[in-house]
Amino acid sequence: MNHAFLETDKTYDAIVIGASAGGLDALRVILNQLPGDFVIPILIVLHRGKEKTLFFKRYFVDFCSSDIIEPEDKEAVKAGCIYFAPPDYHMMVEMDKTLSLSVDPPVNWSRPSIDVLFESAAEVYKEKLVGVILTGANKDGSVGFEKIKRLGGLLVVQDPATATASKMPRVAIEAVAVDCILTLHDIGVLLSGLIKS
Amino acid sequence: MGCRVGNVENENIEIELLLKAIYMKYGYDFRNYSRASVKRRIKEVLGKSDLETISEVQHKILNDRVFFSVMLRHMSINVTEMFRDPSYYRILREKILPELSCLPYIKRWHAGCYSGEEVYSMAILLKEEGLYYKTMIYATDFDKEILEKAKRAIFPVENLKSYTNNYKKAGGLESFADYYFCKYEYALLDKSLKENILFSNHNLVTDGVFCEVDMIICRNVLIYFNRDLQNQVFKLFSDSLCKNGFLCLGSKETVRLSIHSKDFKDLVKEEKIYRKA
Ligand SMILES: C[S@@+](CC[C@H](N)C(=O)[O-])C[C@H]1O[C@@H](n2cnc3c(N)ncnc32)[C@H](O)[C@@H]1O
Repeated sequence: MNHAFLETDKTYDAIVIGASAGGLDALRVILNQLPGDFVIPILIVLHRGKEKTLFFKRYFVDFCSSDIIEPEDKEAVKAGCIYFAPPDYHMMVEMDKTLSLSVDPPVNWSRPSIDVLFESAAEVYKEKLVGVILTGANKDGSVGFEKIKRLGGLLVVQDPATATASKMPRVAIEAVAVDCILTLHDIGVLLSGLIKS
Repeated sequence: MGCRVGNVENENIEIELLLKAIYMKYGYDFRNYSRASVKRRIKEVLGKSDLETISEVQHKILNDRVFFSVMLRHMSINVTEMFRDPSYYRILREKILPELSCLPYIKRWHAGCYSGEEVYSMAILLKEEGLYYKTMIYATDFDKEILEKAKRAIFPVENLKSYTNNYKKAGGLESFADYYFCKYEYALLDKSLKENILFSNHNLVTDGVFCEVDMIICRNVLIYFNRDLQNQVFKLFSDSLCKNGFLCLGSKETVRLSIHSKDFKDLVKEEKIYRKA
């Protein structure tokens, strides 16, 4: 794994992650590795069914000690918390670092959409944002990725060869010059390094 | 890179000015809407036009009323369903409507009703619970065109499957097919469902209290407002509800973060049903 981009002492204010088909398991691998006392927020869009999934939180609770939150509208983004966009709502970050939800039409046939989260987060966190795209069978996220790039953020993609569904990471890599292409395990290591104070 | 960040800042200034221009010229006030969401919409309008910048959009809007109505249309494109969130309708049926049944007359207000799906779902529920005949439903929205659509009560047949599913999950007592008939590719809702519904134009931001009601249903509208505007609207709701009146919000909306949270008590937390304190 190439740590070159980590050698600067650049710090980050937030991480956004997009995942689709196979994403639940992929996220488990990554979140499982994070230290319990991390100091920045992580915002996640995982494509999944419409149902209210109460089981869903439990799925992660055993693995990481931090707060996993399915936010309500206008909740403030807190450091050390992991936010999942609620099923059937888009999730956006506002300039005052609160979260807005919307029932606007699906984007890339998806609601929540990764692009919607990424584009709004890019404007708020600018060069202090890390964007991550994991396994998935559609092209959601790549437009948001371009915006993160344009505003100076760091881009991380799961190696398509290791993804359950390779299309989403592949499209992202084709669309933008990403900073690193890694296995899930290495993404976990990288993010752990970035989020410690 | 600096100049790109500068672009975002310029864009934010342009949006502020555009919203101010719309308000001054046409009276629609989007200034305190959720900015991230408004920005997305404006950029979509920009993308579909042959214009380059948001400032150009502003110029055109000030000088071209037709372009403004196209934009307005786009600002309020939405999606809705009959019996969206079936568990909410189930709770209404089992817990809330029985409490209302002793009233001689029930007044309800659907604020931000869009094309009516939600209002007609409620009408069906009230019919099945034997309350519709003594209910008056005020259904309001600030979008005049969409209200016309709501009054017609016509839906594409391809939606029927999911509506029927929702209806069943919501504890429907009859067959959903009893409530509509099909003509070509459209489903027309039964006329009797419209009898006690009054559709009218009301803007939550700029209009005030218009009557006192026993229940307010405002789902997935407040998510489009920022906290200040939400506060203003919660005050309006509090002033419009009679004592012990019910307030129903969308499943991810909350009064918890508002300065008026003390005006309402949690009644069914998971379904965001509150009672005026
Ligand atoms: C997402 S739709 C919700 C429709 C319906 N309540 C539901 O839950 O299915 C949002 C609605 O809010 C309306 N709306 C937005 N701003 C408004 C305002 N200032 N006053 C009244 N209605 C408004 C829009 O026109 C739209 O019909």
